[in-house]
Amino acid sequence: MSTRDAASSEQRLYRPPVSLTWWLRKPSYLLFGLRELSSVFIAWFVVYLLMLVYAVSSGSAAYQDFLDLSANPLVLILNVIALAFVLLHTITWFGLAPKAMVLRLGARRVPPGVILAAHYAAWLVVSAVVAWVILR
Amino acid sequence: MGAWHNVVIIGGGGAGLRAAIAVAEANPKLTVAIVSKVYPMRSHTVSAEGGAAAVAGDDDSMDEHAYDTVSGSDWLCDQDAVEAFVVEARKEMLRLEHWGCPWSREQDGRIAVRAFGGMKKKRTWFAADKTGFHLLHTLFQTALSYTDIVRYDEWFVTKLLVHDGRVRGVVAVELATGRVETIVADAVIVCTGGCGRVFPFTTNANIKTGDGMAVAYQAGAPLKDMEFVQYHPTGLPFTGILITEAARAEGGRLLNKDGYRYLQDYDLGQPTDAPVLRSMELGPRDRLSQAFVHEMAKGRTAETEAGHVVHLDLRHLGEKLIDERLPFVRELCASYQNIDPVHELVPVRPVIHYMMGGIHTDINGATPMTGLYAAGEVACVSINGANRLGSNSLPELLVFGARAGRAVAEFVATVPGAATAPVLAQGRDEEHRLERELSERQRSDGERIADIRTEMQETMEAGAGIYRDEASLTKALDKLSELKTRFAHASMDDASRTFNTELIAMLELSGMLDVASCIVASGLRREESRGAHQRTDFPDRNDEKYLAHSVISRKPDGEWRVEYLPVTITRWPPGERVYGR
Amino acid sequence: MPETITIEVWRYRPEQDSEPAWDSYEVPLRKEWAVLDGLNHIKDQLDGTLSYRWSCRMGICGSCGMTVNGEPKLSCSTFLTDYAPGPVRVEPMRNFPVIRDLVVEMGDFMAKLPTVKPWLVSGDDEPDEDAEYLQTPVEMDDYKRYSMCINCMLCYSACPVYALDPEFIGPAAIALAQRYNLDSRDAGAEDRRDVLASAEGVWACTFVGECSVACPKDVDPAGAIQRYKLTAATKAVKDLLLPRGAR
Repeated sequence: MSTRDAASSEQRLYRPPVSLTWWLRKPSYLLFGLRELSSVFIAWFVVYLLMLVYAVSSGSAAYQDFLDLSANPLVLILNVIALAFVLLHTITWFGLAPKAMVLRLGARRVPPGVILAAHYAAWLVVSAVVAWVILR
Repeated sequence: MGAWHNVVIIGGGGAGLRAAIAVAEANPKLTVAIVSKVYPMRSHTVSAEGGAAAVAGDDDSMDEHAYDTVSGSDWLCDQDAVEAFVVEARKEMLRLEHWGCPWSREQDGRIAVRAFGGMKKKRTWFAADKTGFHLLHTLFQTALSYTDIVRYDEWFVTKLLVHDGRVRGVVAVELATGRVETIVADAVIVCTGGCGRVFPFTTNANIKTGDGMAVAYQAGAPLKDMEFVQYHPTGLPFTGILITEAARAEGGRLLNKDGYRYLQDYDLGQPTDAPVLRSMELGPRDRLSQAFVHEMAKGRTAETEAGHVVHLDLRHLGEKLIDERLPFVRELCASYQNIDPVHELVPVRPVIHYMMGGIHTDINGATPMTGLYAAGEVACVSINGANRLGSNSLPELLVFGARAGRAVAEFVATVPGAATAPVLAQGRDEEHRLERELSERQRSDGERIADIRTEMQETMEAGAGIYRDEASLTKALDKLSELKTRFAHASMDDASRTFNTELIAMLELSGMLDVASCIVASGLRREESRGAHQRTDFPDRNDEKYLAHSVISRKPDGEWRVEYLPVTITRWPPGERVYGR
Repeated sequence: MPETITIEVWRYRPEQDSEPAWDSYEVPLRKEWAVLDGLNHIKDQLDGTLSYRWSCRMGICGSCGMTVNGEPKLSCSTFLTDYAPGPVRVEPMRNFPVIRDLVVEMGDFMAKLPTVKPWLVSGDDEPDEDAEYLQTPVEMDDYKRYSMCINCMLCYSACPVYALDPEFIGPAAIALAQRYNLDSRDAGAEDRRDVLASAEGVWACTFVGECSVACPKDVDPAGAIQRYKLTAATKAVKDLLLPRGAR
């Protein structure tokens, strides 16, 4: 079906302006805004990783320079913020997983809580393995 | 301004959408327009709850569905129409299944059916208790795939254009802008639904103001069996929101204020634990609504702020069954009555629900006016006679929507061309009339539209309710005539062209006053009691004189004329309506 | 309970105002009255110029979506007593152009809906016309929830992505596409993929989740979208890695 052409020329529609503070209206809107903003910090993480790779390949002096840079309080703060954003993404992604994945055991649907718990369990296991590799 | 389509369909509910698809399938070359005062998915088909009847099981037969329908109608239906209806109902329901309608299923994947009032076999297909909603959205979404159907969303039709005895199009107002347009067509199908809003207490949506009946009547098309207005026995008090008959089909019981299953006192059978078909709570709607009135007269109904009620008891059905088969009932009770039917009694009382009468059509939806067709609740074929059985209305709008669509496609192929100048001139006249209405009603001394509407509704309840007599009908007719005079001087606050809903309410009321008069005038002439038309001064059915359709039409002087047409009887001669024994 | 309550209504009359304004009305506060009943009282008794849409007054036709005290609501199933002692502020739904008063322009949705092909596309297994497709209750469960959408537009009103990017197909349209994708009778998933898996389709959504909070019929459009992201991603990876025959 198609719609009979609207007589838009005869109409004066009011388009409410998007207020500057719309993202403060609800916590979920604020989180949405933060996730959009996070792209800057995620990009920084990528750049930081590339710097690390470059430093490692350029020898121990360059690597030491990189470590010094990393110890700079400003860089440290930047990295903590970036890590927080990555965690925000992880939690969002995990929260979304039970909705995205519909698993069935026979006729019964696996409860969303189980899928969510499985994700966090897997996260813990992977983190433990990483910690073991680094700290042993 | 003018537009042209081969076929214009007024109304985008179940019948209108089905008709549009039927035209498009019968002849893809034809241009079809759906002109509706609301977006199609807002149409009142959406509110139907319980289900749609069509023969399903091996233990059932077309003849049994036909017989239930004929006896349910108190023999006032046309049996040739019913015989065609029961056969095609099944085809249409399967068609809808192929289009994706989520009919409720048995464990093995086959369509499930439930019992319904007045039906001897389980043959009511259902989609939980939102059958109308799923049916309408399935039709709407399917219709979206037909790219050549043009929609006029939120356009209100004010007049049918008639020239040389042929219907040649419509005049309509676009709500958003107020522009008036003449839409010329080779044929018009009216699918605007019923007119429950002429009464004060109804299950019907706000849009059900009988607009299609009114424009057809004003153009000279006759209305048939208008005195037959169905009361549904179970509406929520105060709002009038429908509690589906399916609640009783699943085992719900009606109790008076003493907790007694009072229907056993009204020749509807004896109470049993499990529901028995065509018995007690599964009797026909007219008989159940009438039983309520008698029970009230005996002082055995409960009194509430919103009037007298009886109680619908669903508690013994259990939470699981209610959630699976009657989730909407539970949702409605919670929202609008603040009760949970799993644990509490549901207060209910009879409520205006459906119009058996309507625009007089033949078995193909054709009216006596060349080029004018009608289908759905707005039409009277008639398969419903003096009382419609629950779950016959949804298949009716499918069967006769499709039939009207096919008939129109054939008609349009043979219709000779005709000059458009005379109808465009009529369109301009109508545009000027609407301009005058808008400007002349801006005055401070007139009555409010809403006040006159309320008085009309109260008049209809008092004069043409479940029981009527000569005195009540005559009084109502006089009052309606007074209201028409007062309406001519009623005023409006709103002079705007942009989405002027007061203008629409005024145009609706103008039509409702005509439709209400037709209901009362037809009722006054029928001096017998049959189905939903109960005259206390003529308590018996009189087949000798009134086994006939009343047909009311408008005379050129604005008065009306009531005539009678024979009822078509093929295989089931008039007999006693027996329920519960 | 006080006897009356104040309803503040957002008004916009394009033929006389260039800017919206607020009007205040005092209406009876009755326990049965929804916000819609209050508006009807205003329309019928106090001010016939107030414009809004409504029809079924039982939460199924989807006409009467509005913003009530800042939240997207169906005004027929939002009750005045819940806002006592008031005032109740009623505005049009957010994120839409306004035609007048509480009436919004929803042509955008009506244009987008057909692009996701929300109808059953039959495959080779369509039964004869005198038989039905078999579909078990478990199979029906897969899509049933998404079939409950009443097109009331509250999800669009709640969605900040739609507010910032009007090209986004939006929650209801995607949920309706999924309603057919997940129907065992349907064979149209491939036809819907281009639109759903596009940048203006599911990938525009960043899982704010407010659409599912606003939904009065528990459709969970956010869930429908996330589920399609997984489907689209899986399909894309398969297309990349597997030879044509094995996809």
